[in-house]
Amino acid sequence: MPKITYIDNSGEARTVEGKNGMTVMETAIKHNVPGIDADCGGACACATCHVYVREDFLGKVGSPSAMEQSMLDFAENVKPNSRLSCQIKISDDLDGLTVTTPESQH
Amino acid sequence: MGSGPRTIAIVGAGQAGGQTAYSLRQAGYEGRIVLLGEEPAPPYQRPPLSKAYLKGELEEDRLYLKPIDYYAEHNVELMTDSRVERLDLAAKTVELASGNRLAWDALVIATGARPRRLPVPGAQLDGAMELRTLADVDRLRPRMTSGARMVVVGAGYIGLEAAAVGSQLGLHVTVLEAMPRVLARVAGPEISNFYAGVHRAAGVDVRLGARLEGFEGQTKITAARLSSGEQIACDLALVGIGVHPNIELARDAGLDVGDGIVVGRDHRTSHPDVFAIGDCAFRPLVHYGREGRLESVHNAIEGGKIAAAALLGAPAPAEDVPWFWSDQYDLKLQTAGLSTGADLRVTRGDPASRSFAIFYLAEGRVLAVDAVNAAPEYIVGKKLVAAKASVAPAELADKSISMKDISARALS
Repeated sequence: MPKITYIDNSGEARTVEGKNGMTVMETAIKHNVPGIDADCGGACACATCHVYVREDFLGKVGSPSAMEQSMLDFAENVKPNSRLSCQIKISDDLDGLTVTTPESQH
Repeated sequence: MGSGPRTIAIVGAGQAGGQTAYSLRQAGYEGRIVLLGEEPAPPYQRPPLSKAYLKGELEEDRLYLKPIDYYAEHNVELMTDSRVERLDLAAKTVELASGNRLAWDALVIATGARPRRLPVPGAQLDGAMELRTLADVDRLRPRMTSGARMVVVGAGYIGLEAAAVGSQLGLHVTVLEAMPRVLARVAGPEISNFYAGVHRAAGVDVRLGARLEGFEGQTKITAARLSSGEQIACDLALVGIGVHPNIELARDAGLDVGDGIVVGRDHRTSHPDVFAIGDCAFRPLVHYGREGRLESVHNAIEGGKIAAAALLGAPAPAEDVPWFWSDQYDLKLQTAGLSTGADLRVTRGDPASRSFAIFYLAEGRVLAVDAVNAAPEYIVGKKLVAAKASVAPAELADKSISMKDISARALS
């Protein structure tokens, strides 16, 4: 199963096993990984599951949809590698995916 | 942190009750937390019940707010299937339907709301359904088979979302709305007209100003009967005409109640050790200088966070502008703020393009925004509402001025 690593704002890393088809957000919630709030539960409606994708995986996670891009355009502390983790679906290709969570989701 | 009450009992294991427990543990609270839920499931998300879950696109455990192991790992005593019958504020106990009593030092009431029932003949017939809980969906979904005839009573968010799913699953759907437009309680006429049109284009028969007199059938529902005498044959009827807050436990215990359990900004009730949050709470709406009840995920999460902070004597998190969303077909409606009291509505974008927004203003200030497939309008609109910003209507209506520019001008 693909392994996903979450690094929080203080630099602490947590690696958990993901499941194909689940999102990076859901996987964090399932494993009690802090730093991702996901208030809307993955409906791409709240932008509280913001993560920074490590550069070497940017190509593999694909590009954000128009809706996600718009949500990101106006989120706080956005960087070129920002994504909403509720919109990244896990697959074997993403084994080793590493994301960093921002200081705050609000 | 070792401070705070020794035992905190949370009555209601929905999104608000669950959030209270999560926030308490996240803040380092080490005392006892008992989370009492009437339903068999652990705390779960309700919004997908009328959306992806109804459509069959999500398994039940993907609705859970935390994995089931969370509760044991974090020493949260989750008691499902546990209905509370009585609160005793003097003895500081809750009495369960099982007869057991539980003592508490602080109490959080998160009892939510229940669907309003139709006071019409036939409302008890097999096939007349409601949609609030997982169990409701598990009864409803097997009947939503292609070709079945479904009558939806009430064109609010729940009714329209279910109508959209029904239509997409191949049902023949009729929506009955007593008001002259859909979403009348929550949105302006532009949004109402747009959504009525979308549903009609999808083949849904939307009847406005329709008065339901009752349901026909012996044991199973066979038709809905209108005041005009017309009968609409159906195999099932979904009633979504709003909710009643569950205030009875609080009222019977002697707490102040109105249209909800009356609380202050810190969600404390008229008893200093008792809090109320979520759908059942009648709370200050700080962005609007009045009080009211909100039925939303935002309100549930925020109430849980604020009550947890108050219980621990921690600084209160700031209140967010109320926000809501609704998924129907390929459309995402995102709402920020409450439009009640608006004296002007400004349309930005062409509804025919299926991406547009309605801004609601009062005395020149932005009160609320409804954004359809228009995230920038929603996000900037939310900031404008929070700042009570004055924006020229002509600027809001002008798509050649970006929301970024509007934001920069209005909020600088």
